[in-house]
Amino acid sequence: MIWLTLRQFRLQATVALATLVAVTALLALTRIDLVDDYADGIASCTATGGCERFKLQFFDDHQSWFTGLVTVVVGLPGLIGAFWGAPLITREIEAGTHRLAWNQSVSRSRWLAVKLGVIGLASMAAAGLAVAIATWWSDPLDKAGADRFPRLSPVMFDARGIAPIGYAAFAFALGVTAGVLIRRTLPAMAVTLAVFAGLQLAVPQYVRPNLITPVERTVTITPENMQGISLAETTLTVRARVDEPGAWVLSDYTVDASGRKVKSLPVSLAAGACAPPPPTTVPDGKESVDGSGRGPAEKCYAEIARLGYRQHVTYQPGDRFWPLQWAETGLFALLALGLSGFCFYWVRRRIS
Amino acid sequence: MTAVVRTEGLGRKYGRRWALRDCDLAIPAGRVVGLVGPNGAGKTTLLNMVVGQLAPSAGTIEVLGGRPASGPAQLAKVGFVAQDTPTYASLTVADHLRLGARLNPGWDAALARDRIERLGLDPARRAGRLSGGQRAQLALTLGIAKRPELLILDEPVAALDPLARREFLASLMEAVAEHSISVVLSSHLMSDLERVCDHLVVVVDSRVRVAGDVDDLLTAHHRLTGPRRDAARLPSGQHVVSASHTDRQSTFVVRTDGPIHDPAWTVGEVGLEDLVLAYMTPKTEDRPALEALR
Amino acid sequence: MIEFHLDAGSGVSPYMQLVRQVRHALRLDLLREGDQLPTVKDVVAQLAINPNTVLKAYRELEHEGLVAARPGVGTFVTRSLAGGSLAAHGPLRQDLRRWLAKARLAGLDDESIEALFMTTFRAAAQEDIA
Repeated sequence: MIWLTLRQFRLQATVALATLVAVTALLALTRIDLVDDYADGIASCTATGGCERFKLQFFDDHQSWFTGLVTVVVGLPGLIGAFWGAPLITREIEAGTHRLAWNQSVSRSRWLAVKLGVIGLASMAAAGLAVAIATWWSDPLDKAGADRFPRLSPVMFDARGIAPIGYAAFAFALGVTAGVLIRRTLPAMAVTLAVFAGLQLAVPQYVRPNLITPVERTVTITPENMQGISLAETTLTVRARVDEPGAWVLSDYTVDASGRKVKSLPVSLAAGACAPPPPTTVPDGKESVDGSGRGPAEKCYAEIARLGYRQHVTYQPGDRFWPLQWAETGLFALLALGLSGFCFYWVRRRIS
Repeated sequence: MTAVVRTEGLGRKYGRRWALRDCDLAIPAGRVVGLVGPNGAGKTTLLNMVVGQLAPSAGTIEVLGGRPASGPAQLAKVGFVAQDTPTYASLTVADHLRLGARLNPGWDAALARDRIERLGLDPARRAGRLSGGQRAQLALTLGIAKRPELLILDEPVAALDPLARREFLASLMEAVAEHSISVVLSSHLMSDLERVCDHLVVVVDSRVRVAGDVDDLLTAHHRLTGPRRDAARLPSGQHVVSASHTDRQSTFVVRTDGPIHDPAWTVGEVGLEDLVLAYMTPKTEDRPALEALR
Repeated sequence: MIEFHLDAGSGVSPYMQLVRQVRHALRLDLLREGDQLPTVKDVVAQLAINPNTVLKAYRELEHEGLVAARPGVGTFVTRSLAGGSLAAHGPLRQDLRRWLAKARLAGLDDESIEALFMTTFRAAAQEDIA
């Protein structure tokens, strides 16, 4: 049965493998310069200073490759689900070959178990390899861009660590499930892609923040933790900076003296204590003042504090990257198992 | 005689519609059974239940003493050539033989190789590029080389041209002669069934109308032609299968165990095709009464 | 060795067709004592018919004492039908010709003659059975 499964999978596996080899070769070549440039740059900026600016510049120079790789890793599980998962059973049903297979001396359960097992493992391996290669190549850029794109941020989280392996297992099972339910390959592929994309958008929004109880802090706004202050129409809002590298800020809002959330600081502040220094005034009703450098004057913070406003921040600290990765991978693995179980039930009972 | 297939009250429902119901069958071993009936009568449903592709909604079914598809051992005993003789289009002929060898403990590699050779099939050719007849022969080879005790074929020749059909049936019959397997095949080509079958099961409107050895069926059925008469006035031992009337003449196809003595009748033999047709035409018990009104 | 053929439209059962073809060949001296009949497998492969049909035909011929099966070798002709009965054909044919001439004189056309012959033939056969 394993032989047949692999034989049927040969074309898809060849395509995947060829792509992998070509991309890896290309990446291996370009990585040499990438690593050298980064090492040189860091060496010289450590000597002369201005490393922040170098990192910014270095990251911007290679951003298109970087985002390209992230896109590939993020998109791969969906493609696996659509191109490996959905046709797995559907193609047999469409051609009637399941009747041929089921009447060899192999039970239907074993047939399905081998197919799901072998191709499922291949899916996970493919995703794992893709992550490993992308992470390896992007290493200098991950370092350079750590501030702007911390690995806990929604998209980066999907493209690093072990979560993509869980996604691949899930997307594959999703594809197979859509296939046995819909019984037509193309619609099953479309449904797989749509459902998986929906989940990829929903999970960082609603599920991931709560996999581990986030840290909550209520802090006084100071020049050190002020990220920005902005005035739009009739609302004056402040954003705070979390003092931990790589943290994923989930919410950040102002509370008044009684601890209630407020939508806006008193707008009068904008004209009074927190009025911006004259040169940056732009008369269009909306302006932003950089928290660093020439920020609002001391008296602004004093005034905010005097009024009792404080900043409430919830976040996942940067060092929770791996616990969150494990939790999410586990979650998707469970979902994949659940879908596989459903496929067993459905194929044994409902398909003939 | 042991039965290879035994069903009691077997039925299968799709939604609220019965595809097959109240099916009681006992098919003896060593027969080539023809399963006939109009399209949609329930033939495929019955065959799919025999091979365990489909679970019954009612009743019981026993195939070679076991529950269909209950495990690898049971699967090994029953071969199935499904409707449209499916094969893996992207796999070669040799791949198919390998598939059979790997998935069947009782695989007869020599037999399979020999058959492919005699059929003149190129082992390196993809199944998708074979002709309909060749594909059917490949599917049959897979079914035979696993050395089953019972081989089920669902409309295996429906899509084939006359020559391919004849060749297919010839190799099927050869296998029967060589390995003494029992065969059940559905078809609506009576001329084929007349040649190959020695047992017949007629399914009409989701029910089994008649089943039995062809010889017994032929001796038990007669065509009676004579002066016009009502079907109800025939002796109780004669079951009317079909009746048709003109103003003066009545023609009946009857089933009876005893001889027919009434001198008013011209008694004729009923061929297999006519016999099947008689069961397929809806019985119109009320037609004589209607005609009497004129 | 003879080659069988089947006439699907004849209304005669396949097994009886095989029996008749062997008898026919024996009468016409196409098959002689010692000749081998085709094996069941060969007949089956050539005609695409049920092997049981062939077996049944051979059993019938064996029952009639025309052939004998030698296990593992094949089925062989043991008696010829040519000769004795062939000699009787001539006079009988003469009688039949005379009868046909009479029928035509009486105004019967071909179909009427055939119908008359067949009904009489069948009636006589049935009387024999009864």
